[in-house]
Amino acid sequence: MISTITSVFKKCKKEKRPALLTYTVAGDNNKKKSLEILKSISKHVDICEIGFPHNTPIADGGQIQTSAYRSIKKGTKLRDVFQIVKQFKKYKNHKPVILMGYYNMIFQYGENKFINKCKEVGVNGLIVVDLPWPDNKSFAKKCKKKSIIFVQLLSPTTSNKRMKKIISDSHDMIYYISMLGTTGSRLKISSKEILKNYKKVKRINKNKNCVIGFGITNETISSLKSADGLVVGSEICKEITKSLKKRQNPVTNVSKMVKKLKNKIL
Amino acid sequence: MKIKKNIPLIDQHDKKTGLWGGKFGGSYIPETLKKPVEDLTNLFEKLRKDKNFIKERDYYFENWVGSPTSFVKLKNLTKHLGGAQIWTKVVSEANGGAHKIYNATVHCLIAKRAGKKFIVGDTGAGYAGKMLSMAAKKFGLKCKIFMGVKDIKRQKPNCDAMKKNGAEIVPVYTGSQTLVDAVSECMRYWVSNCDTTHMCVGSTVGPNIFVKICGWSTSQISRELIIQIKKEFGKIPKKIKLLNCVGGGSSSFGFWNEFMHYNKKQIEFVGVEAGGPKKSKKHAAPLTYGSKIGILHGAAQYVNQNKEGQIEETESISAGLDYPGVSPLHCFLKDTKRARYTAATDEEALSAYQLVTKYENLNPSLEPSHAFAEAIKIAPKLSKDTIVCVCSCGDAYKDKHILKKRLGKYKS
Repeated sequence: MISTITSVFKKCKKEKRPALLTYTVAGDNNKKKSLEILKSISKHVDICEIGFPHNTPIADGGQIQTSAYRSIKKGTKLRDVFQIVKQFKKYKNHKPVILMGYYNMIFQYGENKFINKCKEVGVNGLIVVDLPWPDNKSFAKKCKKKSIIFVQLLSPTTSNKRMKKIISDSHDMIYYISMLGTTGSRLKISSKEILKNYKKVKRINKNKNCVIGFGITNETISSLKSADGLVVGSEICKEITKSLKKRQNPVTNVSKMVKKLKNKIL
Repeated sequence: MKIKKNIPLIDQHDKKTGLWGGKFGGSYIPETLKKPVEDLTNLFEKLRKDKNFIKERDYYFENWVGSPTSFVKLKNLTKHLGGAQIWTKVVSEANGGAHKIYNATVHCLIAKRAGKKFIVGDTGAGYAGKMLSMAAKKFGLKCKIFMGVKDIKRQKPNCDAMKKNGAEIVPVYTGSQTLVDAVSECMRYWVSNCDTTHMCVGSTVGPNIFVKICGWSTSQISRELIIQIKKEFGKIPKKIKLLNCVGGGSSSFGFWNEFMHYNKKQIEFVGVEAGGPKKSKKHAAPLTYGSKIGILHGAAQYVNQNKEGQIEETESISAGLDYPGVSPLHCFLKDTKRARYTAATDEEALSAYQLVTKYENLNPSLEPSHAFAEAIKIAPKLSKDTIVCVCSCGDAYKDKHILKKRLGKYKS
């Protein structure tokens, strides 16, 4: 059976455009609103990354931290995260969902129980920020057994040798971190250079769908559109923060913003 | 789970996973840090076998840090308590006033060898930051220190010292605004700047390699102590208890390391964690109060957390112990039962400080005052031939504002 994620990439390739992936934190700024945001952006987005918030996020920049803290403060638990996914999937079953977070939450929940729950609510992929290869091998295998794509991460510091090994162990989708930095940092290097590194990944295995994330904004997105997929996260979290400050509805603002992003890569 | 003989404890982790005892430590880090951590690991393993590097370290420890720090009997306190002999290793005599200088010096020496021009570090009590700023100045490195806003307020004297040494203090506003957030922010900074910058983790915490470097550095304390004890008593006495406060656990590990393979009936290790205010449910004592294993700052360890795995806020009068987790090395020592762990409350630490300073010419900071509290508790019940040695790992000058507020005065 082909994964929903894989077929989405296929469809985008046919349309000669990159897949658009968004990252939002489950429960930001509350459970109801975060589900509404997901529903309303889903018409523009190809894959939804949903973060389960952790309070010691060592790889996230200020914007996503703010979103995560806001969500935790509202009392978001893993059970709510799964509930949000379940309801979203009920609304749009074909839209792939990737859950993203830190390993301690999975560790406390129990690896098997976590994967089973993901399967039950319809999660299609998982990204675990602080469980690098090869430590993630056994967890990745467990995911595969349940047809959940475990998304391996690659970064500019990943050596060629290591890259080959990770790619050969990877599932259908890989995440390339554009630069040295936390999420939402400003792009320090040119799009040209990012694409050069990206092509290195594709040369090792052109069949793996590789998305680029970190530092992708309204300004930078179109220059990277030759990639298989592009992830926008902090920019969206920032929009939620801004909307709340201005006492505007984050749902409409985020939706408008995502539509704009989509138009830039068509 | 067992401690192996003839292998340093810092090396008793699984080669592949980096875990001690199959479950503590490891390197749970973002992909971007894999390479810099691997480079640092290779460099450190090379340097620790390099005679010139050891010579250089020893030279600076002796001539700049001031080694050895003294080992003295606290005669008046012993007499007052009327039981075991109370001794102390006055590590606070080291340059800068605390044990953090060992780790800071070694990290700067490594950074130099790695060709890095910038060094960053975290700090709670401000000692790790102060020492790193001193060492960075000494070795010509540009230095940034990450510190929680709450700690900046309560440890002002150390902040002043850092600024004087030319370091930039980066205030951390996230979370509880203490050490835990400072470490997170420092790691985030390193993720963004690992190509030009060396990171020093201020205690025996963090990814595997940082635990090792810090433990290797602070072991200087017990290297000195074992010689001093032999010289003082002619041999290693039959009953020794080595008491040390435990936050991240760098001073206690260093204080114990050389005695690791002695029978615990002869040399007992007692780690004293921060129990927090007597009336508060919050504490910084994951070992004492049976916290579950979780992952914090790249390592598996006993850590204060809720059921979901969110790290819990801690509370302690002592900024240096105010950390929800604890070194994987101490988790290993706890599970192998080589060390015993207990906690002292804020109030107990304060009265211990009062008693020690009343009877002795010693000024232990709030961190070692926790260890003194335990010494005061157990000494009267012990025989006169028992040696209770407390590591006085920091000087109380940094705590003068807190002491003044809580006790009405600060001695000097």
